[in-house]
Formats: sequence, structure tokens, C-alpha cells
Amino acid sequence: MYELVSKELIAPEIWKIKVRAPHIAKAYKPGNFVVVLPHERGERIPLTVFDTDQENIYIVFQEVGKSTRLLGKMDVGDQIQDVMGPTGHEFPSQKFGNVVLVAGGVGAATAVPLGRHLHACGNQITTILGARNKDLVLFEKELESISEKLIITTDDGSYGTKGFVTDALKEVLSTKLPDLVIAIGPARMMKAVSDLTKPSAIKTLVSLNSIMVCGTGMCGACRVGYGETTVLTCIDGPELDGHSVDWNTLLPRLNMYKEEEAISLSLLDNESR
Amino acid sequence: MPLKDRIPMPEQDPKLRITNFDEVALGYTEEQALMEASRCLQCPNPTCIQGCPVNIDIKAFIGLIQEGKFTEGYYKIKEKNNFPAMTGRVCPQETQCEASCVLAKMGKPIAIGRLERFLADHEMYKPQQIETEKKNHIPVACVGTGPASLAAAANLAKKGYEVHLFEALHLPGGVLSYGIPEFRLPKKIVNHEIMLLSDLGVFIHTDVIVGKTYTLQQLRREFKSIFLGTGAGAPLLLGVPGENLNGIFTANEFLIRVNLMKAYRFPEFDTPIKKGKEVVVVGAGNVAMDAARTARRLGANVTIVYRRSRAEMPSRAEEVQHAEEEGIHMKLLTNPVAFHGKDGWVQSVEVVSMQLGSPDERGRRKPIPIEGSNYEIYCDQVIVAIGTTPNPILKYSTPELLLTPHGNIVVDEQYQTNIPGVFAGGDIVTGSATVIEALGAGKKAAIYIDKFIKGA
Repeated sequence: MYELVSKELIAPEIWKIKVRAPHIAKAYKPGNFVVVLPHERGERIPLTVFDTDQENIYIVFQEVGKSTRLLGKMDVGDQIQDVMGPTGHEFPSQKFGNVVLVAGGVGAATAVPLGRHLHACGNQITTILGARNKDLVLFEKELESISEKLIITTDDGSYGTKGFVTDALKEVLSTKLPDLVIAIGPARMMKAVSDLTKPSAIKTLVSLNSIMVCGTGMCGACRVGYGETTVLTCIDGPELDGHSVDWNTLLPRLNMYKEEEAISLSLLDNESR
Repeated sequence: MPLKDRIPMPEQDPKLRITNFDEVALGYTEEQALMEASRCLQCPNPTCIQGCPVNIDIKAFIGLIQEGKFTEGYYKIKEKNNFPAMTGRVCPQETQCEASCVLAKMGKPIAIGRLERFLADHEMYKPQQIETEKKNHIPVACVGTGPASLAAAANLAKKGYEVHLFEALHLPGGVLSYGIPEFRLPKKIVNHEIMLLSDLGVFIHTDVIVGKTYTLQQLRREFKSIFLGTGAGAPLLLGVPGENLNGIFTANEFLIRVNLMKAYRFPEFDTPIKKGKEVVVVGAGNVAMDAARTARRLGANVTIVYRRSRAEMPSRAEEVQHAEEEGIHMKLLTNPVAFHGKDGWVQSVEVVSMQLGSPDERGRRKPIPIEGSNYEIYCDQVIVAIGTTPNPILKYSTPELLLTPHGNIVVDEQYQTNIPGVFAGGDIVTGSATVIEALGAGKKAAIYIDKFIKGA
């Protein structure tokens, strides 16, 4: 059991929670994530580790279904059934040069630790941070502090530039080609970024958010077609080459359990009514 | 002649059992156990014992049943095997102990597995009386909580060591918990036999991935010796076009969802599972039978596709029989070459008919595709059960650990790896094998770990 030490609502339906897990905090490296089982009859879901301190890990998540909604309802002092990790491939400690970090929506929570790591490795970072609207722009300060330049876009123009992150990326690419592009966010956004950078063969990494069960490489639920082969997001990723990812099979795989997810959520909402 | 016929074990009716996940085989009553035990000749030179990978004194425990001494019989088994309720259910006895029974020559061998199971079920929930050596407070780690590690842990604990088990998943048991279905091995039995280890002073740490949460180097600083029983848990895929379409599962994922996460009770449990109407299972090992029978219980019409013939099927004869009784179809000498789909979902498996060629180096006849014989089997779900391979996580963080080209850990005849004090056994060493072979390996490794620590 893992104690929920504190919680903070950082945007509508988006939480940052602090969970006591000293062994995970000590072992964590950028690129890692955790698998959380909220309660005894729960499911195992992969979640982003935003930050750590000596004793605790900070997890950021958006309420999108039953499990994340249950986590959002938990009170300080409550016990989370299981937190496994850290898992996932660690991000290389490498100086690429000029890096464009593209973060969309709650993907910003994953962009912050990667951005910090890239910054510490001596990379020059341009960050494009996108959200649907002003309320959903996350971690502006944190990303600003590691970026030479921060561009904010909102779909409705309520903050920063009106438009999508890909619009801003097109502009950045038109002035100078970076050494690396990293895209973190909704799968469709990451595909769009990969499509944009492919013609000029700019190395592009995406942080995949596949459906997972075990998170340890034994079940293959998170597998994705990758060039001529198949890889597992949980142990070969989550950061993978966007130009090698078979988006045509990945996108439908993310929706595999849409009906079941809706059933779970509606039952939960009926219960709490 | 009663001598020839073994006492049948009551089973759930196939029509009824495909509607539930309850155990198929119901176990002997006291009366049935006494009758079956009475068939044992109590041979002066019993051959059955050599047929058992952990050499249970079969003659003695059956003799004790004959005398009605069930408790004594139970502890006779526990001298050699800590998990009789599990092995009595899942061992392939027909190729092990029962194959070596002299009665097999003139009729049916003694139902050793059923009698082992009877004693285990009869005594398991009573207060346990296991004698252990005085605690020496020397810490030893066992990585993984499948059969190999469980056996190593039990035997080391009995020798007085402070044993810590590390498990990546949230429940211990390895394949006993996530792989073998409830209807063959009820989870309350698995949980109880594992819980008995805490009476021996064994500590179980779940949610720990060795290689990630702790490295092997870190464990070596904390523990006098380490046993690696991490199994062969990574799934193999066919590598044919269309394999990542929706509706195509590895057997591991399908069984983890159903067994470990209890997806068959969705939405009472949160993990969902797709319930196919027409399901194709690829492969013919025990895992394929488990997956097929599980899919059947979720309401599907199930077809097993296997590239060789019935004679080469690696699964237990009893499992194939159970599968057929439950209405599962078999398409033999048939091999998938591609999966076809629509809107991202699988719609059919394209297969080719096979014929058997000459035997390979292991004596199995090689399947050869018959050109031009391709056709499609329409389906809405596929489960791929063609085997597993060692998980690479430990390798990533421990490059100095010596492995075979297939990723199995190399050990010497004393189960020690190339890193002093680090031992290994079970599927991680041998590749996929049986529960009892892994138990045997863990047990023997414990003897050498004890010798290593005592400097003998």
C-alpha cells in the first residue's frame, strides 16, 4: 500500500499527487514511469512520474476514465493499493544540440522531467506548449525555465498563439532545422509532428501512451509495429522513433476498449450520484 | 478386476463447466482416496519415486493413506514438496511419476497426482507443523515468485535463512497466478500455499522489478546470496503481417487479464477483456489449451490452429481431452501466414496447410507448407500461444550476467551463474518447462546456496 501524501488540482480534472514510495523515488530516471493499481479490484494503469524527492514520487494525471477518476477522488492519507516501478526505458544522457520539445495537453507533465534532463545534458531547447484553452496550459513556468524559447498555443486563442502545436512547429522548422524533435501528447498530435519532420529527416522521438497491463514486458498489450519489427512500449519505450512507429495500427489500438471504458465510467458515475 | 481400473475423479459436466470458471476436476472423497490407494502394491523397489522430479516418497505417502493416516501422509509429501495442492493439480503425471508405476504395464497406473491433491486439500487449511532449523538471520533474496523461487525460498527458510522474495507484479505466484486458469488451479489454493511460506518467516515484496526498482548489484550488497527465478515470461509473436491489429492477443496478455486481473468478472473488476465470438488460438501447448478453454468460457466458438499433427501436440493429454469435451475445434497441420482486418480490427487469419517432413535434430517432424493451399478462417479474436522467451529487463541492467544466445541464464552444475553467489533455476535457465521441474530446480539450488554460504 502506498500513501497519498498530498494532492493538488492543477487544472480542471488534472491532478498532481504526491505518493510515498522511497524505493521508486531513489531508482527513478527520466523516461521512467510507474504502473498504478488504485484498489484491490482495480486495473493496472501506466502514469507519468513528474518529479521525485527523497521519499516521494509526484504523479500527474488527467481524469479520463474510471481509474483516474477514482485516484482523483482519493483523500490525503488514503492508501493506493499498488504502485510498481520505476519502469520504462530511461532517456539517454546525450547532447543532441538544438532540441524542439513539443508538448500537448497533459503531455506537458512528461515534458517537464525530460526537458530538465535535456537541459542538464547541455541541449538548447525550444519548447512548444499547446492546450485546448488557457485553463489547460500546464507547467508554463517549469518549461520556461529550461527553454531558450517557449511558444504557447491554444486551439481557441485564449492564450498565446491561436492554433495547434504543429502550426508553431512549422514556423520553427522554417527558420532552422533542429537536431532533435520530441513530441509528447495525444497520439494524433505525435503522428502529425512525425509527419511534419519526416520529409526533412529530422530525428523525432515520441513518448507513446499505449494501453498497458503488466508494464514489465511480459504481456505485449503495449506492442507497436516499429519499422520491420514489433516493439513493446513499456520496456523498449516509452520514447520511440516517430518515423518508425506504425501509426495506422497504433491509433486503433488505443481505442480497443472504448466501449468497456464507457461502461466502467458510467457505473462509477451512477454509484456516486 | 478392480486392480486394473483407477477410481475416476468426479468432474463438472462439460455443458455446465463452460459457463463458469470453477474447478473442472472436483477431487476425491475420503472413500474414493482409500479405494484408489488400496490399488498400490507397495513395491519393495518402487519405481514411481524416480519418476517424480523432486522424488516424493510416493510409496510411503500412499501407504499412509491405506492406513487412513492422512495427516502423516501429507507431511510425508511436504518433506520433499511444499506445494502439493498445486503440483497434484498441474503436474503432467502421465509422463512423470505415473508413467513409472508398475501398474501402468498391466492397466492403469495409480492416480498419484489425485492422491497427492487429496491429502493436500484435506490438510492444507489445518495448523501447519513444519520443523525448521534455528533462525540464522542470514538474508537471502529470491527474485521472482513463480515455482522455482517459491521452492528455493521454502527450502532456504527451513534451513533457517531470512528469505526475501521479490515480485514485479502485484501478486505473487508467477505463472501459477497469472497463467494457469482458475478452472485448473483455483487462486485461493495458490494464495493459501504461498501464504504458508510466511509461517516459515519468508517475506514477500511485490511491485519490485529487479533490474529497475533495485539492480542486481544493489541486492548483492544487501543479501548473502541471490536466486534468480524470473521465468520465461516474454511472449513470442509469429512475425507475420497484420499481427498488431486489434483483437489479436498474446496468450500472456489474455490470461493475465482473465486470471490475475479477473477480467471475466468485469465490470465488478475494472480490467476489461474483449469477448470474441469466433476465436482462433494459435499453438497447441498447455498455454494454448488454457487460452482456448478460457475463451470458450467467455462465450466464444473456439478453433485451435496448430502447424503439426495431434501426435506432436506438447500439451497434457488430459487438457486436450478436456478442451474437446468443451467443444473446442482443432485445425491441425495448419499455420497462419497473415492476419487481415478492417478498420483496425482483425477479421480473418490467412492460413496455409502443412505436411510433415523428416524428423529434425530433436526428433520432431518438420512442418512444411503446401504451396497454394492458403485459405482464410474468419474470426474476431486471435490468441497467439506459440511460446515465451526470457524477459530482457535483468539483462539490460546486468550486462555482466552470462546468457545463452536465446537469453537464458547460464549456470554450472550447482545452479550458480558466472556471478559468485548468484544462482538461477527454472524456466530462466531451461526455457519453458513444467511447474514441477521449476520446483525441483529451486529446491536443488537451495542446497547449493546453503553450501555456498556455509563455505562448504
